[in-house]
Amino acid sequence: MLFDFANVLVFTALGLGFVGVNLLIGKLLRPSNPQTRKLSTYECGEPAMGSAWVNFNIRFYIVALIFIIFEVEIAFIFPVATVFRRWVEGGVGVFALVEILLFIGILFLGLVYAWVKGDLEWVKKVRVQGD
Amino acid sequence: MDAQEIFATLEKQFAGKVGNFKGEVFEPYLSVDGAAIVEVCRFLRDGAGMNFAVLSDLTALDWPKEEKIQVVYHLFSYAHKHQIVLKVDLPRDNPKIATVEGVWKVANWFEREVYDLFGVIFEGHSDLRRIMLPEDWLGYPLRKDYVEQEEYDGISTQRAPLVEKLLR
Amino acid sequence: MKPLINSLPETVFTTKVDDILNWGRASSQWYMLFGLACCAIELMQTGGPRADLDRFGAVPRATPRQSDLMIVAGTLTYKMAKRTKLLYDQMPDPKYVISMGSCSNCGGLFQLAYSVCKGVDKIIPVDVYVPGCPPRPEALTEGLLRIQDKMMSERWLVKPSRPAEARAEV
Repeated sequence: MLFDFANVLVFTALGLGFVGVNLLIGKLLRPSNPQTRKLSTYECGEPAMGSAWVNFNIRFYIVALIFIIFEVEIAFIFPVATVFRRWVEGGVGVFALVEILLFIGILFLGLVYAWVKGDLEWVKKVRVQGD
Repeated sequence: MDAQEIFATLEKQFAGKVGNFKGEVFEPYLSVDGAAIVEVCRFLRDGAGMNFAVLSDLTALDWPKEEKIQVVYHLFSYAHKHQIVLKVDLPRDNPKIATVEGVWKVANWFEREVYDLFGVIFEGHSDLRRIMLPEDWLGYPLRKDYVEQEEYDGISTQRAPLVEKLLR
Repeated sequence: MKPLINSLPETVFTTKVDDILNWGRASSQWYMLFGLACCAIELMQTGGPRADLDRFGAVPRATPRQSDLMIVAGTLTYKMAKRTKLLYDQMPDPKYVISMGSCSNCGGLFQLAYSVCKGVDKIIPVDVYVPGCPPRPEALTEGLLRIQDKMMSERWLVKPSRPAEARAEV
């Protein structure tokens, strides 16, 4: 078992070494000529003005949240798919299928809720009270 | 209405402030007094049978020998499909005229261009500054007596020798 | 750690390494899209399918930070000259400039105008001038090949034989 760990260690060392050697060769071969105007911030030729920090759009948070939830669902479904054949041979295939379909179904209800509430739209439509 | 009728209507309304009608040319023009330009333009835009809703162009001409800068207004009407040209003479050493930005919004940029290239001051303009040349440019290039500056921003304006010969 | 630029003795091995490095640089010139006027249309077409610049490894980059060739295509006005200088300064070394068309060579058709800079070489150093109004795509490709020749003849790691050949301020 220790040999497997050494395997991983060698791979990590090779990866880091490859990147390091390439960066080192670059450092030796490229000219180094820093000047103030060269290091100035790029703004299409104009002198840069204002801060580069802008207000972050909150919609990205909603999109990322929904993505994480369904990504974790996929991560749970993968192991079931790998061992499914064994369960079918053991005779409990239907039981396993119903179980995993129940799992997907509960999360599907959550997706339907998010859809109906308009959380999947980029610009959420606000219903104006009729007159 | 053809141009003669437009001039007749204008003469009836603003006696003494319009004149010098020329109708035989391709684009008939008439000259207007500088002090009355805004009311004439408002009448032309709103008056019955006139409806000059569009200011097609607002430019200027430099007449150094007659010591005047002439501001030219090209008007067009979509409703009646007629057009007219107004010309206003301004003294060359102090060219000032009231802005027609209140009559046609498009005059904002046209007047900025005329200010940029001729130096005509439009009184009442909301934002009179140079529109295409850099802000720190000296002089008004389309005047006939414009002399180029020797260098701008450290770049010399010297041309190749053959071109210098052609200029003279 | 100091770079090895212009520091190695001139042997068969080091000059061959120089050749390989220069060949790599010449075969992958990334040009900055600096189309100002009508020459820009010809520049776009030279990068297009019929007279392909991509077969020489030249791909367009929109930013000066990732480009090593600046093709000034079009009329340069005084208003634009300040920005052009800043963009040229923001390119990393080693950088080359192609002046495309007569307007950027010498002011061209608009030499008598008050607002036109009489040639881009008044503000930045130019390596290759491509004449034409606008130059045909074949002419611009020829200009690119000349820059390739210039790159191949440079000394990168090997010590320069004359002081003028040294890379500036390593």
